[in-house]
Amino acid sequence: MSKLLIEGVSRTFAGVRGGQPVRALMPVDLSVAANDFITILGPSGCGKSTLLRIVAGLEAASEGRVLLDGKPVTRPGPDRGMVFQSYTLFPWLTVAQNIAFSLRERGMAESERNGIVASYVDLVGLKGFENHWPKQLSGGMQQRTAIARALANDPEILLLDEPFGALDNQTRGLMQELLLGIWERRKKTVLFVTHDIEEAIFMASRVIVMSARPGRIKSDVAIDLPHPRHYTLKTSPEFSALKARLTEDIRVEAMRTAEVQPAEA
Amino acid sequence: MRPLHPVSPGLRTVLGFSFFMLFVAFWAWITFGGHVNRIFLADPLSMLRDGWRLLVEDRFWLDILITIWRVFGGFVLASIVAVPIGIAMGAWKPVEAFLEPFVSFARYLPASAFIPLLILWAGIGELEKLLVIFVGSVFQIILIVAFKVGSTRRDLVEAAYTLGSTNNGIVRRVILPANAPEIAETLRLVLGWAWTYVIVAELIGSSSGIGYMIINSQSRLATGQIIFGIIVIGLIGLLSDFAFKALNRWLFPWSLA
Repeated sequence: MSKLLIEGVSRTFAGVRGGQPVRALMPVDLSVAANDFITILGPSGCGKSTLLRIVAGLEAASEGRVLLDGKPVTRPGPDRGMVFQSYTLFPWLTVAQNIAFSLRERGMAESERNGIVASYVDLVGLKGFENHWPKQLSGGMQQRTAIARALANDPEILLLDEPFGALDNQTRGLMQELLLGIWERRKKTVLFVTHDIEEAIFMASRVIVMSARPGRIKSDVAIDLPHPRHYTLKTSPEFSALKARLTEDIRVEAMRTAEVQPAEA
Repeated sequence: MRPLHPVSPGLRTVLGFSFFMLFVAFWAWITFGGHVNRIFLADPLSMLRDGWRLLVEDRFWLDILITIWRVFGGFVLASIVAVPIGIAMGAWKPVEAFLEPFVSFARYLPASAFIPLLILWAGIGELEKLLVIFVGSVFQIILIVAFKVGSTRRDLVEAAYTLGSTNNGIVRRVILPANAPEIAETLRLVLGWAWTYVIVAELIGSSSGIGYMIINSQSRLATGQIIFGIIVIGLIGLLSDFAFKALNRWLFPWSLA
């Protein structure tokens, strides 16, 4: 049985000032197995973030439904942890207090929280920064804290909306290895949205490529590269072959979005 | 000069003081130089002499204390009422739809115009002074707090929902702490306005306070005393502003870190 089931989910936005309604997402069907790492790859504006937000319960689907462990999703909840592209740490809480947020909302005693928080601080390599305010951290450290905050709650599924999109290339590479390392050790069902082809292949056990707006699933590619994955994998022939294939897929879509014609070869 | 380039702390102090010096120098020049009639504008030295006499002989410091008490009393009353209403309006849109039109209307009713009515209702005692400040501040605080709370970062609210917050949890654990520094800053701003209302309240139907001393001095053409009173108000305002800023820095270190 699949962990997450997306059944005919679509999204249409009401027209602005009496204009035509805008279809952001064509009906999407997707079945995610437990402990799968799925990346959703698509050009900007293809509705991939919208799809993720519908799974999170932050937006309502216009049609269709989302089932998590067989139960329909109606609103956001702690069973679906989320990491956003923007920095969403609570600025008035320290790193440790941010990570403890969901545990506190659950009413867990402080003594019990402390042990869990310490283990997640360790997991994302932020020892020594527990008592820093978010403003004192670099972007990469903030996103590491955000990942720890989402994981500390032990959600059924982890949703990530271009979490490394605002980071520089080097930091982004390190963050990918960190997150993948956590996933390899702890196993978790993950839905990861990105527009970066390399990132999509490197992280995933399955890449879902989405078409330009209105978004729909264009292809569904299993990534059978062995684990644990090391960054050198990115220069291997298998990786390059996958990259070439997905680059072609996504290029056509990007051009449709930008409304340019491919040059005649 | 390079635009937006910061100035060093030392130079900042020197520059800040030198304008005060320039101001006093200009004032001394027009008064001692005989460019204005002394009856209408006292010179800086007579002002200081008049001020000293006021403090020592006329026990003006009692007036200062009573004015400070009125400002803070009225201001605290207004804050206690306005901050919760403002938060409720910002957080829950039906509450805002219910109250916002009335509060927006009431905000334009000048506090000074209420003074005759308030005197009829509450007499010319302390209650009337407090009410003038209350009426002048309460609607302003409500509207600003409601606006700040209403513009709480949506992504923080969404993040909290995905971490298991309930609707009440969002208000208590996100909306309140996220806006606390802004609310404190709003109160600091409105406290400045409260000083205007208290003086107006003391100009009419009062027998004590800085405003009373000022209106009393007018009938005796004691412009030195009037200016001294105005300067005292300015100094107290400056001091309370500093204190408020220091308090905010101490309470909300994260917003400056």
